[in-house]
Amino acid sequence: MIVGDSKPLEEILAMIEGREKVLVLGCRGCVTVCNVGGEKEVGILASTLRIARKKNGQAPGIEEMTLERQCDPEYIEELAEVAENYDAIISIACGVGPQFVSERFPGARVFPGINTTFIGGALEHGVWTERCQSCGNCLVHNFGGLCPIARCSKSLMNGPCGGSASGNCEISPDVPCVWDQIVKKMDAMGRLDELEQVWPNKNWLTARDGGPRQRVREDLKQ
Amino acid sequence: MRLQYPTDIRVIQLPCSGRVDILHLLKAFEDGADGVYVAGCMEGDCHFLTGNYKARRKVEYVKKVLESLGIEPERIEMYNMSSAEGPRFAQVANEFTERIAELGPSPVAKAKAA
Repeated sequence: MIVGDSKPLEEILAMIEGREKVLVLGCRGCVTVCNVGGEKEVGILASTLRIARKKNGQAPGIEEMTLERQCDPEYIEELAEVAENYDAIISIACGVGPQFVSERFPGARVFPGINTTFIGGALEHGVWTERCQSCGNCLVHNFGGLCPIARCSKSLMNGPCGGSASGNCEISPDVPCVWDQIVKKMDAMGRLDELEQVWPNKNWLTARDGGPRQRVREDLKQ
Repeated sequence: MRLQYPTDIRVIQLPCSGRVDILHLLKAFEDGADGVYVAGCMEGDCHFLTGNYKARRKVEYVKKVLESLGIEPERIEMYNMSSAEGPRFAQVANEFTERIAELGPSPVAKAKAA
């Protein structure tokens, strides 16, 4: 899932300063699963903003809405009749949400309420970790199912580097060295010899380095 | 045991303090409550194992929210007491009421009244 983090309240309050009617817009996709932008979080942020405004003697003017997804135009369309009622829309979806809403409603002032952080999974309730960098050419099967691109600080294809110590990365003792894990896993699987393959430089054109990406499925296009 | 405690406390009963939601706590402040406290069972004695620990974490979360809004975090508190401790219930009710009386009305309620 796409994982995000709430923006500091001060930043959100500054965004809506002087904007009377505000819509807090959630998304039932990834950000619901990582507890940052679903219906529940919409309620919490809206309530917090109302408290802030009431404290200052202002009319609250904060409303709530949660779309099925903010990354599909058909759901964004649900805003068609209400978007112009608001002086600000705070989208607490990933970075796609505020952009899709802005594109569909050019006159609307749309603000991002969360910072999109990474593609990852939940290690346990309340703990998420990065697992994918969307490099566009998945190779995890060669490394015991562990991704050296997303999980090695240097994205090394032929690791570990000299900064690996006691199973941890040199950037922090809290960051495990994925190459240490890869070697141990491959050893346990009896596949250590496969790591003797020297990988050439990775072609990063499939990643962000090739510019913004687009995917077209002719069979699905209408 | 007919113990007295302040009449301005509104008791909301829940099956377990773990049922308390961040949103419940925030709504109380939004609606002008001067203070909110959660009275959960003794730590380690939760019938549902961790309900009271979860309640405490939610209270801590709301403390931080209040702080970031410039509202005294002391306006929300978590207390632990056993259901057999009637006198402690009354004592906490008195203590918390005194604390809130010292802090005065919530800035949200004050702005509303003005």
